[in-house]
Amino acid sequence: MDRMKRVPVREQEPEARVHNFDEVCLGYNEEEAKEEAARCLNCKNPLCVSKCPVYIKIPEFIQHVKEGDFEEAARTIAKDNALPAICGRVCPQESQCEGKCILGIKGEPVSIGKLERFVADWSREHKVDLTQKEEGSGRKVAIIGSGPAGLTCAGDLAKKGYDVTIFEALHEPGGVLVYGIPEFRLPKDTVIRHEIENVKKLGVKIETDVIVGKTVTIDELFDEEGYEAAFIGSGAGLPKFMNIPGENANGVFSANEVLTRVNLMKAFREDYETPVKLGRKVAVVGGGNVAMDAARTALRLGSETHIVYRRSEEELPARVEEVQHAKEEGVIFNLLVNPVEILEDENGWVRGVRCIRMELGEPDESGRRRPVEVKGSEFDMDFDTVIMALGTSPNSLISSTTKGLETNKWRCIVADEQTGQTSREGIYAGGDAVTGAATVILAMEAGKKAAKAIDEYLTSGGKGSVKDQPGD
Amino acid sequence: MYRLLEKRLLATNIYYMKVEAPRIARSCLPGQFVIVKTDDKGERIPLTICDYDAQAGTIAIVFQTVGSSTYQMALLEEGNAFQDVVGPLGNPSDMTGEALEDLKKESILFIGGGVGTAPVYPQVKWLCEKGIASDVIIGARSKEQLILVEEMQKVAGNVYIATDDGTAGFHGMVTGRLKQLVQEEGKHYSKAIVIGPMPMMRAACQLTKELGIPTIVSINTIMVDGTGMCGACRVTVGGKVKFACVDGPEFDGHLLDFDEAIRRQGMYKTEEGRARLKELEREQGIQHSCGCGHGGDK
Ligand SMILES: Cc1cc2nc3c(=O)[nH]c(=O)nc-3n(C[C@H](O)[C@H](O)[C@H](O)COP(=O)(O)OP(=O)(O)OC[C@H]3O[C@@H](n4cnc5c(N)ncnc54)[C@H](O)[C@@H]3O)c2cc1C
Ligand code: SF4
Ligand code: FES
Repeated sequence: MDRMKRVPVREQEPEARVHNFDEVCLGYNEEEAKEEAARCLNCKNPLCVSKCPVYIKIPEFIQHVKEGDFEEAARTIAKDNALPAICGRVCPQESQCEGKCILGIKGEPVSIGKLERFVADWSREHKVDLTQKEEGSGRKVAIIGSGPAGLTCAGDLAKKGYDVTIFEALHEPGGVLVYGIPEFRLPKDTVIRHEIENVKKLGVKIETDVIVGKTVTIDELFDEEGYEAAFIGSGAGLPKFMNIPGENANGVFSANEVLTRVNLMKAFREDYETPVKLGRKVAVVGGGNVAMDAARTALRLGSETHIVYRRSEEELPARVEEVQHAKEEGVIFNLLVNPVEILEDENGWVRGVRCIRMELGEPDESGRRRPVEVKGSEFDMDFDTVIMALGTSPNSLISSTTKGLETNKWRCIVADEQTGQTSREGIYAGGDAVTGAATVILAMEAGKKAAKAIDEYLTSGGKGSVKDQPGD
Repeated sequence: MYRLLEKRLLATNIYYMKVEAPRIARSCLPGQFVIVKTDDKGERIPLTICDYDAQAGTIAIVFQTVGSSTYQMALLEEGNAFQDVVGPLGNPSDMTGEALEDLKKESILFIGGGVGTAPVYPQVKWLCEKGIASDVIIGARSKEQLILVEEMQKVAGNVYIATDDGTAGFHGMVTGRLKQLVQEEGKHYSKAIVIGPMPMMRAACQLTKELGIPTIVSINTIMVDGTGMCGACRVTVGGKVKFACVDGPEFDGHLLDFDEAIRRQGMYKTEEGRARLKELEREQGIQHSCGCGHGGDK
């Protein structure tokens, strides 16, 4: 065995997978997992752990895998991460744990994500029960939003014996995990449903179809329904557009609309009512995970699909694996190109995009080189659908209806990084609602920290016991 | 689950349903809407709330069967349940935030076209409960398509009827009746609220602009989530892009870009969709009718 090389993971062949929505990556089997685990050097001072936002004891779980004790591996991971089957699939490992793996200096880093996924899938398939629940006070805590932040916070509080209810605006729990990230990357019926069932098994109640701020306000939950603390994990769902001419033409969609129609409403299936209508040639504007997901979804719906991104390949913010998969599947990348106008036909439908070429200038605040327009380089491309995947921001449904809840100029809720404490006593927040669009693992981490802080707040007395609020 | 407590056929293909939804009934105001979903596989369908009873924990919706999803809805019977009813969505009507003494100085005219008459009702009723009587024009294609006339008469000052074919009330469109009221019968209105199919609202707005009556419309765009997450509902108002679900559904009718809104509304009216509807109509004997009181402009 060459220690410098990863055990390759089995995947659906590109030619086959562009015609279905089944998961692309098939994961390791037991033998492959053990072989990959054997590559780990079991470092004394493991750098991978330092880059994992929730500090999973990575070498420890990998040693259990190597020895074939998968159940113990699952228990090790469960101490720090409640949603490993999800993280193993969607974490940007190359910039986290795997990015620091010592083997990565000379060769390929250990496939930590794939091993984490293997362990999680194995423990699900073998029905390992990882739930441990303490007797507790049964005091009521409200969680708003059922994405990774909300699910994690709810799970942790339920384990401590609180009476937890999640309020979710959509008809299905899961947040971006169900409406955004596609089936071919994160299977809903197996992985997501199982994680949600686990949270319910802990006693967490989930009320769907409740929009906090509309159906009920946080203050009503406190004053009329007996909740003593709340966690806001409402995400960042509001899609951005470019504000260029022609953007309201028929055939211009937000990535959220396309992904919601396909993932949440299952528009790709004949037996579901919701339609999705993409053209023969689709442009997806953007270069993040959302853009890759939208592009690969369009491809699977039968369209020739292009990514249009204003920086170069190096700056693509998407996970490396997604870019790789998109390329293998035949998504065409138009880099250093930016749309300046959507062209319409006489009936107001998209017929193309006027673009301008870009070049990279000086680095901006994010450290990436700023794209600048090349004067006079405009050119037209034919498209009949344009999907905007430019990022999202939090909506103001909650902040506008909760007195005294401070937000910043991007409408993100202001919360303490360590505790999630907001400017209102008893109200905590975390995940995309606070940071703006980020990652699953960071949302989970925020949910976890807030659960700890809420527990401390309630055990120390609850209402009235906290004097100094940030922002006061 | 949201139980269907009462179902009535108001006119051909127009149904009234009273649904159990205690949280929504407690928090909604006139002008807001809900999204309903019949079952696992159904679409999310936005519908304006047309009545509500906080005590009883019920809301009422009125809809017309125009496609296979609304047709599925019509198949529900009393005792059945909707899988999902979410709301209240959108902003309440402006008037619910106005000071009572200011409202009392206004003379408000409502215009409801076809099934759009239903969302007019809670607004007129709300004003009536505050002691303010408003006038209402109800338009429909013909007498059989008129809805909620009696209910409206109980809460409005004057109710005027207009039918395209002249089988009841004024022979012609709601705009014709409005012209008559203002130009021949000396009526004066300080504000108009128009709800109905887009082409009818566009025509009404053209007229109210000429007549100098500030006008609010409530629009029914394509929607998916109804919470500002998808942008399917975007419209242009006074040159600015707005999301109908969170910024609306009511907008200044003189600023709304109707041409764009109508064009966008038709985005999913595909050949296939039309074919499917025809098939359904044939099988089930349901008719597709707009009933907007502004026939011919479809
Ligand atoms: C297409 C796509 C692909 C992505 N790919 C990746 C990836 O590969 N890796 C990665 O790490 N991250 C990825 N992300 C980002 C990641 O999904 C998010 O950072 C993460 O889900 C944020 O979690 P959250 O719990 O804060 O919010 P969300 O997952 O957004 O959940 C928020 C929930 O709150 C609900 N809600 C909102 N407002 C209210 C209200 N007023 N009342 C009640 N409920 C409300 C929403 O309906 C939603 O269900 C992706 C995002 C998208 C859109
Ligand atoms: S959770 Fe993410 S960062 Fe942490 S070990 Fe797993 S893949 Fe790496
Ligand atoms: S319906 Fe999705 S944003 Fe309005």
